[in-house]
This record gives sequence, structure tokens and C-alpha cells, in this order.
Amino acid sequence: MKFDKPETTNPIDQLKIVGQAVNRVDGPLKVTGAATYAYEWHDPDARLAYGYPVGSTIAKGRIATMDLSQARAAPGVVTIVTAKEAGQLGKGSLNTATLLGGPVIEHYHQAIAVVVAETFEQARAAAALVHVTYEEAEGKFDLSAEKDGLGPTDSDVKVGEFETAFAEAAVRLDETYTTPDQSHAMMEPHASLAAWDGDKLTIWTSSQMIAWSVGDVAKTLKIPPANVRVISPYIGGGFGSKLFVRSDTILAALGSRAAGRPVKIALPRPFLMNNTTHRPATIQRIRIGAGRDGRITAIAHEGWSGNLPDGDPENAVDQTKLLYAGANRLTGNRLATLDLPEGNAMRAPGEAPGLMALEIAMDEMAEKLGLDPIEFRVINDTQVDPGNPNRPFSHRQLVECLRIGAERFGWSARNARPGTARDGRWLKGIGVAAGFRNNLTTKSGARVRLDGRGVVTVETDMTDIGTGSYTIIAQTAAEMMGLPIERISVRLGDSAFPVSAGSGGQWGANSATAGVYAACVKLREIVAQRLGFNSTDAVFADSEVRSGDRRALLAHAASNGEITVEDAIEFGDLKKTHQQSTFATHFVEVAVDAATAETRVRRMLSVCAAGRILNPKTARSQVIGAMTMGVGGALMEELAVDKRRGFFVNHDLAGYEVPVHADIPHQEVIFLDEIDPMSSPMKAKGVGELGLCGVGAAVANAVYNATGIRVRNYPITLDKLITQLPSAA
Amino acid sequence: MPILHELELNRRDLMVGGCTLAALTAVPTVVQAQPSPAGALALTKVSLTVNGQSHDLEIDTRTTLLDALREHLHLTGSKKGCDHGQCGACTVIIDGRRVNSCLTLAIMNEGMEITTIEGLGTPGNLHPMQEAFIKHDGYQCGYCTPGQICSGVAVLGEIKAGIPSHVTSDLTQPVTLSDAEIRERMSGNICRCGAYSNIVEAMTEVAGRQG
Repeated sequence: MKFDKPETTNPIDQLKIVGQAVNRVDGPLKVTGAATYAYEWHDPDARLAYGYPVGSTIAKGRIATMDLSQARAAPGVVTIVTAKEAGQLGKGSLNTATLLGGPVIEHYHQAIAVVVAETFEQARAAAALVHVTYEEAEGKFDLSAEKDGLGPTDSDVKVGEFETAFAEAAVRLDETYTTPDQSHAMMEPHASLAAWDGDKLTIWTSSQMIAWSVGDVAKTLKIPPANVRVISPYIGGGFGSKLFVRSDTILAALGSRAAGRPVKIALPRPFLMNNTTHRPATIQRIRIGAGRDGRITAIAHEGWSGNLPDGDPENAVDQTKLLYAGANRLTGNRLATLDLPEGNAMRAPGEAPGLMALEIAMDEMAEKLGLDPIEFRVINDTQVDPGNPNRPFSHRQLVECLRIGAERFGWSARNARPGTARDGRWLKGIGVAAGFRNNLTTKSGARVRLDGRGVVTVETDMTDIGTGSYTIIAQTAAEMMGLPIERISVRLGDSAFPVSAGSGGQWGANSATAGVYAACVKLREIVAQRLGFNSTDAVFADSEVRSGDRRALLAHAASNGEITVEDAIEFGDLKKTHQQSTFATHFVEVAVDAATAETRVRRMLSVCAAGRILNPKTARSQVIGAMTMGVGGALMEELAVDKRRGFFVNHDLAGYEVPVHADIPHQEVIFLDEIDPMSSPMKAKGVGELGLCGVGAAVANAVYNATGIRVRNYPITLDKLITQLPSAA
Repeated sequence: MPILHELELNRRDLMVGGCTLAALTAVPTVVQAQPSPAGALALTKVSLTVNGQSHDLEIDTRTTLLDALREHLHLTGSKKGCDHGQCGACTVIIDGRRVNSCLTLAIMNEGMEITTIEGLGTPGNLHPMQEAFIKHDGYQCGYCTPGQICSGVAVLGEIKAGIPSHVTSDLTQPVTLSDAEIRERMSGNICRCGAYSNIVEAMTEVAGRQG
């Protein structure tokens, strides 16, 4: 099905099941521990062996010697695979560094061997007996040291004459902000179980993108994609870390091939933070010029980040092209080559760090102008793409998000003069920030089967990383086929199923349900034909098909055998004529201890305008989860770089702090009533990344309001506040 | 007197344990494989009582309780998130108290009553805490969930038993259930999906039902 015209009325609009706060259909399995994750597949006859990785202890250089003799002789060892034993490997098209290093080392904890043994304990012990010497090369690990050599590029995006307009602006802001390297830190480590059957490979893994995995496993191992099967029905969180094939998969496959037995590997927690990907640190310079009326006349956002050779920048400037009005604009990324581990997508790549900076800048600019931060944003709202005024937003309710949030949160009680609201020993403050993330859509396929019992089974390689895919797909099929949700069976995360959008870029919910919608449209046509109805006026409801005064049980259509159809949604050019984005505002109240500078988040509210909300319960969870991650980014998360040795020092969950229960208050979420017919037949968008965009800045602005201290370098730890606290009167 | 009684019990338990170890050493059940700097392979018999069922295992002495559950008993509901006590995904209940099962060796748990997520309820017969997690959407990816639920059940027990926490303001009064008490006590269970707000709601509902 091609989606190239704004959607009119369709069966989803009934909203009998779609749009309802349905409990997760996979809930009973998850809460009882019965859902099977990658490392947990068990076949008693499989003679499974355990793999354990060995990582490089230098960041850059070459392996000089590798002595495997002791490890090979250790109890239970079946085989050891290094780059030498593995032979010529390819590199996945979505990987920057190779997944099995040696002799060349590209980053710290790059995998250089896998030890396979009869038990986990034996593999782990033997891995510690692999002796390696290196020829270490000098690397670059300090983004700030590289920054000065990196200026404007040909890819800078310019609208009007920024430099002139900025110079002429009555009120100007020119500030620089930094965000640190961050780790996804999902709870399930990367894990894979690989089994060969001749030249065919099956991998049970934890992957957000099944088809990408198939392609890059095949490319890395130099085997045909048709020989690779990837299975990943449950994923213990990803946040971007599991978009791409990682070393667990390749090491399991190589280990299994060498051992002649199935092999499983989970990346040890202290290993995975340097071995896998992270969100790269940024330095961001923001300049805003405005008239005294508060109208922005010039806005520039430049972002510096680093990555391995051939890696991409962290695109922190993208939202600044679209979020606020202003005739003269400049945005650009400057990329340094660094020898730290591979930088890649983490939840809301680009916008998450970009808005952490931009939305502090907006707060600062509002103060310079003597305007309320909400009014300043309202004044600079735009209903068209500022770089191309002929291109309107398909739907943009940022002002409504600001107004409704302000009312619900009690914004009018905010004391605009910072550092003046006290609650005993606490300095109190509230802050606001806007959230913005584009609505990406991508082709997504599904197969649906109707059987003689009246059960519809949906099969797609879509993944559920906690997002609620199982549930919203079941809701979509139930709505389309007029069945109760209990009559829908959803099977996900298997490369034997049609290729879907997968989970990334907050495109999954809208695209994947639209793919299921497309397949169900086809199924309805065939069912109607089989039952002798005119398909255009047939109504599917209450497990029946009706037309005029005729009715038949849906199940009867399959009484002579199962009906199976497959289709995909493909998106046309509506995005070219209409900018499609999602919007939010985040409101945060903090209390900062007047003596110790300990910051506690007391209240949080997010207001989101993101098209039709397919399931308010699971969508709300995505947003509160993102708000939680936003608190982490604001107050604690930072991969500390050892600039001499080139690695992230705090590479476990004790050193890399993420929010825990005690850090998070009750959270409120409001979804504005919105449908966007330009987006898909579902008229939905995405919220999973939107919920993170802007949260950090709302916390930062609240801390400023509480203390009068403007911290521009995340995270806002107490050492950055304590020397400047208002005197404890 | 009750204290003495408890001491006596512990001492006797210890002696029983000691006898068991001695007996094991006497018969050649500790198998020495070829010597190695990694430590020789040592298999030991252990009997674990999990969810009311007794299991006899012969395992590597280095095997954690978590790996014994997951890899030997195939009770994979207890999750391995970090394997060194930083995340709480492996939380099980041992003799009524929650424990990070990755931080205790299997052989240290002979004779203990171990309850895992599988022992609390099944998809067809859910524990009230499991039901409440579904109702309040106290989870997303599901990986920390069994640990959160085991912890949640034990936390309500701890509060009921009057065991104070860091945020208990008055140690002379019975501990009262509050959001702050729940958040403090649950802070060893990390949820990166960020379901905390919903988990507190789920636990509060269950606590209310328990009265």
C-alpha cells in the first residue's frame, strides 16, 4: 500500500480498541519471567558452549603478540577464535569499527578474541589467561583540544544573512554549552546465541532492527543473507545500542563455527560500555539575536563532536532549523576524528543533546529580553519551515503544549527572579523547555493470517524493545478485523517474517502499525470476497462481517483453510510538501540544598503533541521513561574520558550513574488530542524519543531558577554549583 | 532469650553445614581436572530449594546462585543485568529477604528457601504484585521486571516487619509506608526504561490491598 495522500476516514477511526489504554499483551509473560530473552533459549540436546570475550586494553595501535597457550590448556576450553583464526571478515555497513579487532586496534575494549568453553565459569577464567602485548600508537581523545581546528564546512545550512543580522540585533546571546559522552545502559547486555546448520546460521539475539542485523551479519561473515536467520522476540532495552550488529553476535557465530556447537555470549557489563557504542559528547555554540520585541532575527547553532574515522557527527543542530522562527539562520556540524569507542545513535540522537543546549539558550535569551520564557517561545512560534516558508508543518501545537502545561503545572507561581524561592533548607525553582523531534516514517511490512477459529495472527520482523509494539499491533489488527484483542496473536522479531520498520528513530509505532493496517486492508478484501460481500461497504465488527442486513462470522471466511496475506506500507512524498514533526513541553520543579547543592527533582510534567496516541498507557510509559532518562542526562550521566589512555573510565552501572527510584518523583504526562492525516493511515506519530527531547534543559533551567547559577556543562553535578550558591541566609 | 535461641540455631546450622562439607571432602565428589593457574575445575554437589522444590546439582564452585538458576535449573526469570550487584535485575527472595543472586554462590545457599519470580506467580495465576505491575504498566522492556517484583514483594514485607530504612525519620515508631520509603528501598533495582513512577503506584496499590 502506497501512502501518498492525506488519509481520509478508515476503520482505525472507530477507536474501539486503538487509542484505548489497553494493558500490554505481553505483560503476563514479562511479569512472571516467562518471556525468553536472547541468552535464555534452551535446547537440552544442543550441547551448548559458552563464549567469553577478550577486549583490547589499548585504544589505538597493534597487537604485537598474543599467547593463547595457557588459555587453551585451561579446563573446559573448547576453542579460541581471534582475528587470525577467523580469517578475512567483512565490516557491517552500519558499523564504524570492526567487531573483531587485530592486529590493528581501533578502540579500547575492541574485541580481540572469544574463548569458548563448556561452562560460563570456565570460559571466563580462561579468557583471563589470554596474554597480549601491544604496540601502542598515539591517539586523539580530547574533543575540546580538536575543536579549534574545525570551522565551517560546505554542509553548513544557511538561510538569509546570519552574521549581518546577528551583528545588527538589539539583543544578542552568544554562549557555548557542552554535553558529555553518554551510555545507553539498557538493562539487558548485548547477547547472542549462534547455531550453524551446515552453512546456515541462526542467531537468537537482542536486536532492535532484524533486517539490518541479517544484512550486516552476512556482510561481516561473508555469507549470503539468505543463510542468516535472526530471532529476537524480546529485547531488554536498546535505546539505540541494539540498532546494529555488535561483537556478541559475531563472536558467537565465529565461536560456534569453530566449536562445531551452538555458542552463546553475553557481553559482560564492564566490557560493553567501551566495546559497544555511545552517544558522543558535544560542544555547542549558540547565537541568538532578537529585536526588543522578542522576535528572533538571527539564530545560529554549531555543534562539535568526535568519532572514529568514517564515523558520523552527533547532529545536535538539526532541530534548530525548524523549532523557532527567524529570517537569518546558520546550522552546521564540525566533526573531529577521535580514537574513543564508536559513537552512534542513542535515543533521540541529535535532538537530545541539541535541545539540552538550545533550550538553555532560549531561557537565557528570554531573561535578557525581560520576557517570560513561555512568552518568548510563543512569540517565536512558526507554522512553516523557517528555511522554506512554502512548506507548512502538517500539524504543530507547540504553543498549545506551552499554554496547557503552564496552566497545569502552576507556572504563574514561578518567581522569575532566580535564587529567591525557599522551602526551609531548599532553594526551589521551576523550569520549562520545548521538545521537538521529527516524525520519521519508513516502509514496513506484515503478514496476517486468519484461521478457522477466527484468530488473526500477525507476523512481522518488528521488535518490541519495551515500547509496546506487541500491544499496539494487536490493537491495530483487532480494530481492523472487528475482533476482540484476545483473538489476535502477534509474532515479532524474526527474520522469517516480513521486513518492518524496526525500532528506532521513534518511527516504529506509526510505521509498523501502518504496515499491519495495510495487510489487514488486504485481508478484509479477501474475507469479504470469500463471504460474498461487496468489500467496499462491508463492516467488520463483533467478530462478524456485515453488509446491509446480511452478516457472517469472520471465522467462516477461513473455514476451508487459513487465509494468508502480506503487504507493506510505503510512504510517498507528503514529507516534501509538509514538515512532519512532534512537539512537547517539559516542566520541572527542583529543590537544591542551599548548603550542599544536592539537587532533587520534585515534580515533572510533559505535554506532548504527537499525532494519534495509539495506546495512552504504553505511550505514557515511554514518555515518563524518557523524562527519567532526561533527569539522568541533566544531573548525573557522564562517561568520563581518560584522555591519556583513551577510554571511558566509569564503564559499569556503579560508575556510570543512571536515575534510580529515589531520584524520580511522580510524573505527569498530557497528550494533546491530535490526529495527523499526513503521517500515515494510523494518523499517529512517535513519542518515544520526543519524551527525552528538552527534559535536560528543563531541569537545568529549574536549577537556574532555584539558584541563579547557570551551568552550561552537563551534567549539573553539585561541584558545579556549590561554590556559587546564594549565601544560606 | 530469643536472641540466644537464634544464636544457638545459627550455630547448629553452621555445624550441619560443616559436617556436610566434611562428608563431601571424605568422598571423592570434588573432581580435580588438570591443574591450571585458572584454578582447577571443582565440582560440588549442592541441593537447592527453589520455589518449594528441591534440586540436586553438581556444579562448579564458582557458579553464582543466579547462574545456577538460569543455566542449570533453566529458571531464566531472574535476569543478569550486570553480574556484580549493581542493577538488581537478579533479585530473588531468600528466607524472606531479597538478595542479589549474582552476589552469592550457589553452594552458599544449601538449605535456604529460595523464591524466584517463577515461584511468585505464573501467567495464568498471577501474584497480586505481578497483576499490579500489569495494571500500572510498571515495566517496559521487562528485563528488570522480575527483580523489581521480587524486590517489591520483599520491601512490603520489610516495612510490615518494621525494618527501618535510610529515610525512616523516627526509629522508635512503626515504619509507615510512604512513597519515599518505597523509592528509597527500591533504589537498588535500576529500570533504565524509567518505569519508576508506575512501579511506586503498583506497589502502593498492593500495599493498600494488604492493609
